[in-house]
Amino acid sequence: MNTPGTPLPAPPAEPSRDLYLRAFQGLLLARALDDKLASLYRGGKISGGLYLGRGQEALSAAIGILLQPGDVFAPLIRDLAGRLAFGETVLEVLQTYLGSPLGPMRGRDGNVHRGRPRAGLLPMVSHLGAMVSVVNGILFARAMKGIPGSIGVASLGDGATSTGASHEGLNQAAVERLPLVAVVANNQYAYSTPVARQYACASLVDRAVGYGFQGTRVDGTDLMACLRALGGAFHRARQGGGPQMVVGDLLRLCGHGEHDDGAYMDLRLREAPFGQDCLKQSEAFLRQSAWATAQEIEEWRNRQIQAVEEALNLVQHDPPVDPYREAWQALSTGPGDIHGE
Amino acid sequence: MSITYLEAIREAQARALAEDPRVFIYGQDVGPFGGAFKATKNLAREFPGRVLDAPISEDAIVGLAVGAALEGMRPIVEMQFADFSTIAFNQVVNQAATLFWRTGVPCPIVVRLPSGGTAGSGPFHSQSLESIYAHFPGLFVLTPATVEDAYSMLLAAVALDDPVVFCEHKLLYYHLKAGQLPTEALPIGKARIARPGRDMTIVAYSALLHEALAVAEELATEGTEIEVVDLRSVKPLDTDTIVASVARTGRLLAIGESWPWGGVTAEVVARVAAEGLGLLDAPPQRLNAKDTPIPFHPQLWAAHRPIAESIAAAARNLLKL
Repeated sequence: MNTPGTPLPAPPAEPSRDLYLRAFQGLLLARALDDKLASLYRGGKISGGLYLGRGQEALSAAIGILLQPGDVFAPLIRDLAGRLAFGETVLEVLQTYLGSPLGPMRGRDGNVHRGRPRAGLLPMVSHLGAMVSVVNGILFARAMKGIPGSIGVASLGDGATSTGASHEGLNQAAVERLPLVAVVANNQYAYSTPVARQYACASLVDRAVGYGFQGTRVDGTDLMACLRALGGAFHRARQGGGPQMVVGDLLRLCGHGEHDDGAYMDLRLREAPFGQDCLKQSEAFLRQSAWATAQEIEEWRNRQIQAVEEALNLVQHDPPVDPYREAWQALSTGPGDIHGE
Repeated sequence: MSITYLEAIREAQARALAEDPRVFIYGQDVGPFGGAFKATKNLAREFPGRVLDAPISEDAIVGLAVGAALEGMRPIVEMQFADFSTIAFNQVVNQAATLFWRTGVPCPIVVRLPSGGTAGSGPFHSQSLESIYAHFPGLFVLTPATVEDAYSMLLAAVALDDPVVFCEHKLLYYHLKAGQLPTEALPIGKARIARPGRDMTIVAYSALLHEALAVAEELATEGTEIEVVDLRSVKPLDTDTIVASVARTGRLLAIGESWPWGGVTAEVVARVAAEGLGLLDAPPQRLNAKDTPIPFHPQLWAAHRPIAESIAAAARNLLKL
């Protein structure tokens, strides 16, 4: 935390065209992969749930593209774009959804619960608020070991902000003065529950000051605004400016999962500024700013669709899981190293 | 020179801190104050920056430990009372205990639970939660009953690559003493024959070991030789030592301070029934705390948990069966 009188670090440079275009590619890839996953789900190829990120890709991709190697990212279920931008591969995503033994979770866990802890990508438990303190722990250990410079992002939705675990974690980050950035994707619904039944403060960002965080509110459908807001927050956290909270206003453009048609959602929300499709928004921005032509955007989209198809072809050759070869061993300490059972 | 159970826990932590730079201690009031029971007395001064007070946030305390373990540290977390660990339950059983199995990355944390009743402590400062933690895969659940085990098993816990729930009994903290710290120890997961006998096996752990030994002493004057097994670790559970003991005695009484529905004693009875039914000369018996919250009043409390008198009564009854 900054003590009064300590100047804040200088703001980072304005997001460049190159950064924007790389983030935009992430939006295209995430949307293409989500579309493919949805069709696999409808075809009965995916066991368990499928949770899409439609409408949340701008905020999510901005997280992933702005994080650096060595940083920590605890995503939420709609952070496909952010995961991919942070370095997760399309192949790993498909391997996990399809239960391949060659994927990072080896069929033991699925869908959104994938991750590579050693690469800083944390595999979420379903109790999402509980991930905040795990990110804290990594940052805490690095501070203890004298390793400076890295930051951690904990992604939360409006629903997760109501959990006791997220409160404990956010308060802890402030007490321990950790470079945590809590990114809240306020997507108006937690499963079927609208935000009016989730919180009663004027804006979730008002909680930042209560925790001792610096808070920023951003239009989560505007990729440039997300890059700017998150870029500033990451920069402040990285430079010792203390924990940050960024609240993105946006709308979930799908059901909670693909089993859910979202019929309870208020269609009028689609007319609100936060109800826009961030992908269409950014395509319009690219054309208006002459950073890309419609033809280029189509070429990029097709390239990402092709990348998804290529990965799917690969994963379809993976062997099936084999219960007879499964170790069925929950401890890392081997049975030969301990007595009893 | 003598050392108490509590001092052994403090000394084990001091040694772990001294020998392993990855070790740190995090919990409520563990810093300069030295902990509610003084299990970390002077450690904050001796190891600056490595014994740290935490906010009253059991969930986040364990969550932070998990994150630090992922970063290569060996955190020791002190729950002020075992009872308070229910707030951290999700982090222990869903986060820490599933991590290795899900990802292949180990999660070496030690969660110390000051456990069990003391007179006047009531429903929320007296619980024994080893049974419920042992139900979950992915955890070691250790229940030392002696000064020597408190020391050596805590050091072993820190060295393990898996999450450990370390149940230390508050009733033993101050009065249980040993001449010196041990230089060698049984491996984790190995039970111990605390007293040999031929007429009955009492399987015990933690503070009830001493009640069982007192009962064995008392019944010896009546000509009954009780063999007492100290489990030391309730998970993993040393079935071989238990069944071998029952093979010698033909009678089993399993005692535990946690509640009677399911749990450690039920598991012991189930394993003996499944693997050694023919060894039994009488139906296997178990004795637990009563199936109510833990009472405040010392006289009610003394009647709530198994003590020498009630264990002796159960043992005498078993001899008649």
